[in-house]
Amino acid sequence: MEFLDIEKDTLKFGFIKLTDCAPIVIAKEKGYFDDEGLNVNVEAQANWKELLNRVINGDLDGAHMLAGQPIGATVGFGSQADIVTAYSLDYNGNGITVSNDIWAKMKPDVPKGSDGKPIHPIKADALKPIVDEAKTAGNKLKMGMVFPVSTHNYEIRYWLAASGINPGFYFDPATKQVDVPGFLNGDVELSVTPPPQMPSVLEAGTICAYCVGEPWNQQAVFKKIGVPVTTNYDIWKNNPEKVFGVSKEWAEKNPNTWLAVTKALIRAGKWLDASLDNRKEAAKILSQPNYVGAPYEVIANSMTGTFEFEVGDKRPMPDFNVFFRYNASYPFYSDCIWFLTQMVRWGQIPEQKADDWYHEMAKNIYRPDVYERAAKMLVAEGKAETSDFPFGTDGYRAPSTDFIDGNSYDGRQPVDYVNSFSIGLK
Amino acid sequence: MNSTTASSPTTVEGLHPAKKRFTYNPNQVAHTLDKLGLGYFSPIARLIGRDEPSKQVKAITQNTLLPVLAFIIVLLAWQYCAGTVKTDSQKIPSPAETWVAWKDMLAFSAAEKSKEKDYYQSLNERVANYKTMAFQARDSGNLSRAESIEKRISKENAKVYQGTTTFFDQIGISILTIAVGFLIATLIAVPLGILCGLSPLVNTALNPLIQLFKPVSPLAWFPIVFVFTTWGIDQPPAASIWQRALFTSAGVVTLCSLWPTLVNTAVGVAAIDKDHLNVAKALKLGWFKRIWKIVLPSSLPLIFTGLRVSIGVGWMVLVAADMMSQNQGLGKFVWDMYQNGDTASTAQIIIAVLFIGAIGFMLDRIMLVFQRLVTYEEQSI
Repeated sequence: MEFLDIEKDTLKFGFIKLTDCAPIVIAKEKGYFDDEGLNVNVEAQANWKELLNRVINGDLDGAHMLAGQPIGATVGFGSQADIVTAYSLDYNGNGITVSNDIWAKMKPDVPKGSDGKPIHPIKADALKPIVDEAKTAGNKLKMGMVFPVSTHNYEIRYWLAASGINPGFYFDPATKQVDVPGFLNGDVELSVTPPPQMPSVLEAGTICAYCVGEPWNQQAVFKKIGVPVTTNYDIWKNNPEKVFGVSKEWAEKNPNTWLAVTKALIRAGKWLDASLDNRKEAAKILSQPNYVGAPYEVIANSMTGTFEFEVGDKRPMPDFNVFFRYNASYPFYSDCIWFLTQMVRWGQIPEQKADDWYHEMAKNIYRPDVYERAAKMLVAEGKAETSDFPFGTDGYRAPSTDFIDGNSYDGRQPVDYVNSFSIGLK
Repeated sequence: MNSTTASSPTTVEGLHPAKKRFTYNPNQVAHTLDKLGLGYFSPIARLIGRDEPSKQVKAITQNTLLPVLAFIIVLLAWQYCAGTVKTDSQKIPSPAETWVAWKDMLAFSAAEKSKEKDYYQSLNERVANYKTMAFQARDSGNLSRAESIEKRISKENAKVYQGTTTFFDQIGISILTIAVGFLIATLIAVPLGILCGLSPLVNTALNPLIQLFKPVSPLAWFPIVFVFTTWGIDQPPAASIWQRALFTSAGVVTLCSLWPTLVNTAVGVAAIDKDHLNVAKALKLGWFKRIWKIVLPSSLPLIFTGLRVSIGVGWMVLVAADMMSQNQGLGKFVWDMYQNGDTASTAQIIIAVLFIGAIGFMLDRIMLVFQRLVTYEEQSI
């Protein structure tokens, strides 16, 4: 094995209490960080804003981040700071849960199979009449998501827009009006709610639906206060969810350390997808109070191959969390570009951009070169196979139509993609 | 034994060393206990000295039974709430569930300590392995590789286990933070208060600012203090206890808790008997001697009253500040448990509430002792 000259070996990483912090936790608990010569402390943070601030100011060396955070920060939506990533923590892992009342109104319109159970994926079509009714009554439906540049925000907007519901805009090019909460001209109101408060806020009726990661959808089922209707796996099969983000300054000062961290994370991701037993062990570790802290059963419900929708309607969903399969940990440029297109679509980035801008931004923020170096070292040490990694890719996934509305996404043609939506700024 | 001398009957020179009769003065002991803030024990001290025994027994019974009764009533009310106050998504844990959560917290802390042992054990195994590899590298003449391995070995040996911060660690860090915040607050408030008290001009200048900033909530100060600590403090090593977040919390504590001390000091200094100040003028005392010998001693009672209020405010503010700054204190514990969202987590929050209250009580008592030591009149509490 190669002994990297680590610049900084005592590190502190931040995370938010969601199950997809797993690779970071497993890399610590299984000693993968120790094998690389690193001494890592993993500390829960209060919320996404605080986490981002502490990575920017250096209190945290790196963190579990929403895939949109490095992008939003570099672009300058919110506080501007150069954040980069070399490792995608996972794909999928979110769900959209609606309140019992809304589900009762939706269910009759949802197509059912021969067994009487709703056919999945459930589109927002059944929700549209309820949204329109509320809007006419002057009381727009309120929904929750996790952070303005979160995958959850873009996913629930995608889901709503795919059925003709306008989720609201951050910018109106006609009037040049900027709306920080993103409600402009919307049929519904999407606002930020902290994940731990989502079940109680849903129960209180302040919001009628939310999009969040686990364990908060399964918690809603366990406590019988809501029904998950779809997962982001259904909205976009194998979509990028969280990344391991570091500040560009830190990455430039500590390149060998960053490489070592990436090596440890790759090993952790590989371990997580290696077997069902590993997933169960991971769920047990995550249920500790200093990690995610939810009961083991709730975490295992979504991490061990299944997902529960209505109470008792547990369906097999082995890809609800994907940590390593399908090259989920590789930081593809096309993943970064998708978020940029959605930021433009909803007006968080008020100007329309040319193709070149997207490609250049992606090259600044996503660093597959670091990932590939780390992967090669692991192959040389016998800890991974060459076939585990997409060596030789140009960083763009093949065009895909695996979206809930069947729309085709080609990362090489971002402007065409932005213009392909009926609801969205062009 | 008969003694022919008129000296104390217990002294027989040459045979026994001089002994004084031990006289137990219950009044003295009781007063000392009162002064130390241990007033609960003064009837017991009097009882030992057989000073009005029936009155003492009555006092002890009252002082013990009444609070215990109130405590039992609260416990019953809690049990009732646990059964009634519940929604689908949340409930209040019962006293029994809270007790179980307490035992779990202790078990978790113990498990973390054993993890530390395991860490060093696997570290030593790893280092032993590396040593072998280094020898092999030297043997085969690969000096650069041997050097890089040896560099890694020395780094590994320097490692200090970074474990999960347990509840008990967090108590320690909370106390450290309030000590820092309170110290800075006192160092700002007392001199400023003396200045305001001595000079009506300074008082007129500062008074609007004081009134403006006094009511501001810690949650509002936090983002501003965060900018200061990020700018002013260099990034400490990750394993150090002096993290920036600690100073952010301490800064917020300072900004919220300096006002009672400041105002009380100003009032205390302004209320000094004019005669004392005239003596200072007559003796042509320098400003330092004037403050040290005359101003401070006469305004000490009010200063300490202010300090006592300040530490109470500071402790309350600290919990809120920790939640925002992520300082590893009790506030962070509460927020982390809240994010866990389990009933067991709510039970742990209740335990944190009890500890926060107990520590706040203890801090107040300590300040009370100091306050009594410098005051001449009897205090009512």
